Amino acid sequence: MKDSDAKQTVDGKDVHPTPQLDQLEDGPWPSFVTGLKKLRDEGSDNNRKIMNDLLGQLNHSYEKRLGFWKGGTVSVFGYGGGIIPRFSEVADRFPESREFHTLRVMPPAGNHYDTDILRKFCDIWEEHGSGLIAFHGQSGDIMFQGCSTENTQKAFDALNKIGFDLGGAGPALRTAMSCVGHARCEQSCYDEVRAHRTIINKLLDEMHRPALPYKFKFKFSGCANDCVNAVHRADFAVIGTWRDEIKINQEKVKEHVAEKGRKYTIDTVVNMCPTRAISLNDDDTLEIDNPSCVRCMHCINVMTKALSPGDDRGVSIMIGGKRSLKIGDLMGIMVVPFMKLESDEDFEKLEEFAENVVEFFADNALEHERVGETIDRIGLPAFLDALDIDVDPNMVNHPRTSSYVRTDDFDTEAAKWFERKAREAGLQIGAD
Amino acid sequence: MTTTERVKPRMPDEVGVPDPFSYMHPVMKKNYGNWDWHDRPRPGVLHHVSKSGDEIWTVRAGTQRQMDVFTIRKLCDIGDEYADGHVRFTTRSNIEFMVADEAKVAPLVEALTGAGFPVGGTGASVTMISHTQGWLHCDIPGTDASGVVKGLMDLLHEEFIQEKMPNRVRITTSCCQINCGGQGDIAVNVQYTKPPKINHDLVANVCERPAVVARCPVAAIRPAMVNGKPSLEIDEKKCVCCGACYPPCPPMQINSDESTKIAIWVGGKHSNARSKPTFHKLAVANLPNNAPHWPEVVEVVKTIVQAYKKDAKHWERMGEWIERIGWNRFFEMTGLAFTKHHIDTWTGARKTMNTSAHVHF
Ligand code: HEM
Ligand code: SF4
Ligand code: SF4
Ligand code: SF4
Ligand code: SF4
Repeated sequence: MKDSDAKQTVDGKDVHPTPQLDQLEDGPWPSFVTGLKKLRDEGSDNNRKIMNDLLGQLNHSYEKRLGFWKGGTVSVFGYGGGIIPRFSEVADRFPESREFHTLRVMPPAGNHYDTDILRKFCDIWEEHGSGLIAFHGQSGDIMFQGCSTENTQKAFDALNKIGFDLGGAGPALRTAMSCVGHARCEQSCYDEVRAHRTIINKLLDEMHRPALPYKFKFKFSGCANDCVNAVHRADFAVIGTWRDEIKINQEKVKEHVAEKGRKYTIDTVVNMCPTRAISLNDDDTLEIDNPSCVRCMHCINVMTKALSPGDDRGVSIMIGGKRSLKIGDLMGIMVVPFMKLESDEDFEKLEEFAENVVEFFADNALEHERVGETIDRIGLPAFLDALDIDVDPNMVNHPRTSSYVRTDDFDTEAAKWFERKAREAGLQIGAD
Repeated sequence: MTTTERVKPRMPDEVGVPDPFSYMHPVMKKNYGNWDWHDRPRPGVLHHVSKSGDEIWTVRAGTQRQMDVFTIRKLCDIGDEYADGHVRFTTRSNIEFMVADEAKVAPLVEALTGAGFPVGGTGASVTMISHTQGWLHCDIPGTDASGVVKGLMDLLHEEFIQEKMPNRVRITTSCCQINCGGQGDIAVNVQYTKPPKINHDLVANVCERPAVVARCPVAAIRPAMVNGKPSLEIDEKKCVCCGACYPPCPPMQINSDESTKIAIWVGGKHSNARSKPTFHKLAVANLPNNAPHWPEVVEVVKTIVQAYKKDAKHWERMGEWIERIGWNRFFEMTGLAFTKHHIDTWTGARKTMNTSAHVHF
């Protein structure tokens, strides 16, 4: 709606002109400005008031090219985190959006909803908040934005009564994310919902009563396509993988080659395998050198009908991903190349490992240090020692290149390696 | 409040992460962990087939992410009338409607498009931009988030509703150097160009000085007495203008309409497919923070997207394409400048140098 045909007053108060924002209403993409104006003009009493001043303040930001929010402290009874407080610095001009706090609310694992629950959210937020909800913040939370201090408790109680809980903020366990995975994706190698809920619901105290050195994030991706960006953005990334051979349906391979052509198949499948593990046979069947395959998912992404992950599935765990602050960007390090994740005991093992890593972080990280930075500071071997994890060549791109290292116990370490290899070989014989 | 009115506050029911199965589409619930393969009958539509033979179609549509209750209810009405009442959201704020009957797909697509929600964002498209809070809600933003994204998606709308890119294009935007938007094939991020101006009157009241001193990544902040009051000073030669001192100490005013600029980064990749995940790299800095349309930013993004579309091979992501053609050709094709600021000087910089005789001409 353009200002020319907009209302001139909201409940007797002048509508703030928004010439800057009005320009963001044209174009084919849905406009958040049109939505904000609809709340201002047709929303509940509460929404109309808040939105008129919020739009005024936002337009003011566009004119001055500055933000006008400051933080503070707001919480709900029983919890120390989960609310992002916002107080306006220009409340003298825009008093009704003086307090514009956000409730970070954890979505169901995999972000599944039905229309009934979405309508309930709308009713609650129409009554207690501004009427503006984001699905979702980059933190993974449903962001219920625009609540007064007074209404924060009421809004939380209403959401809590329908089965929803606050997520993380501050130096705490943060809201996790999991991909759609098992619910709809054939590439998924483990039950993401179960892993996600098992770990987070076990560690809720660390989320609701912030007492860690800094934030700690879990993310769960069903395969190496990593749809929730776990490697870059999670302190603890759980990524699905498999140990046995890629499954090939040769008939479907032939159909693919017949449909797309041999050159195209060679260019996009054979040549793009990062480890040169694939070849196309003369009869248009595929041959995969599985010990060379790094489970990158590319060939499976291209030939969705012909190829699929193997049957011996589980997860890899990568620790320490984060963005710039303070020492620079880090990706997670491969710390557990494979952990089976099927039986109840497997899930208990994962849960225990997660608890141990968080405990290590709580005990050893400096204030405002992410676990990836702690690992950089103390060295990966010290971290592995502390968590009782065996070293594995999959943890490195290549062995060290610097000769400045003390190796007097090399033989003891080598003996451990051979012992472990012998034990693993024995186990395999036993299992056969 | 009188004593009689004071009620005991309600203790939270610590439910944690909600169980999704009560909201999940029944076909997805029934076939949980049992899917066989998928294809994409048209842009914006996924078709998954289970080992049981069951099938499900997903229609994906773009939203503005920051949604008013009217928009959410409109999406619910569409979900009830044309779909089976079950939805989910992707990590990039696209909404997905699931239907168990192929005949429902076309009317659903039409209903969504008719209501102004573009259908697309699948496969080799430019999908919705993952973005941050900006002036609407954050306390440290150098620019807006939803506004920049609206401007960019208006421009890239055609690439959202079709799958004509070499591979998927993931764009992110961030309104300060903390970069909540994350890594992207293209990342549009605020880049401060001047050290913070200190508001000395406020430091004494609101600032925990040791915390700020500790926060600076290059040790450029020192405690100092200014006009007889405890304050801070900045070694401006050392300062890298990162803004990290601003959150713990708002008097370190990093934002200003002149020194808050926009930089564009390219070649970040989350997925492990083919190459390992990568961080994005600087393409251009110092673009003006020109609300409400950010035309200079939009122009550069358009140029980069077009060059990639024209030149990359099928399945090559932005970063893989640049690695193949070489950075000199990237700068040539996009008409952007390579400067001394493109050469890394941070910890680990040496790993980014070319220490071989490999040269692209
Ligand atoms: C006060 C307003 C803030 C809001 C609303 C906010 C919100 C967010 C969100 C949504 C993310 C994305 C999280 C993810 O991808 O998992 C994020 C990431 C991040 N935030 Fe904040 N943030 C705020 C302030 C801060 C401050 C004050 C700091 C540090 C001093 C900070 C440090 C970071 C960092 C380093 C990331 C990067 C992503 C990562 O390492 O995973 N944020 N923030
Ligand atoms: S990460 Fe893998 S399993 Fe999960 S949704 Fe993406 S492709 Fe599917
Ligand atoms: S999954 Fe990746 S590494 Fe393995 S064969 Fe396929 S393309 Fe090659
Ligand atoms: S990128 Fe910076 S300004 Fe933007 S939401 Fe994140 S912390 Fe706030
Ligand atoms: S802007 Fe960054 S580098 Fe400059 S003083 Fe602040 S924290 Fe230090």
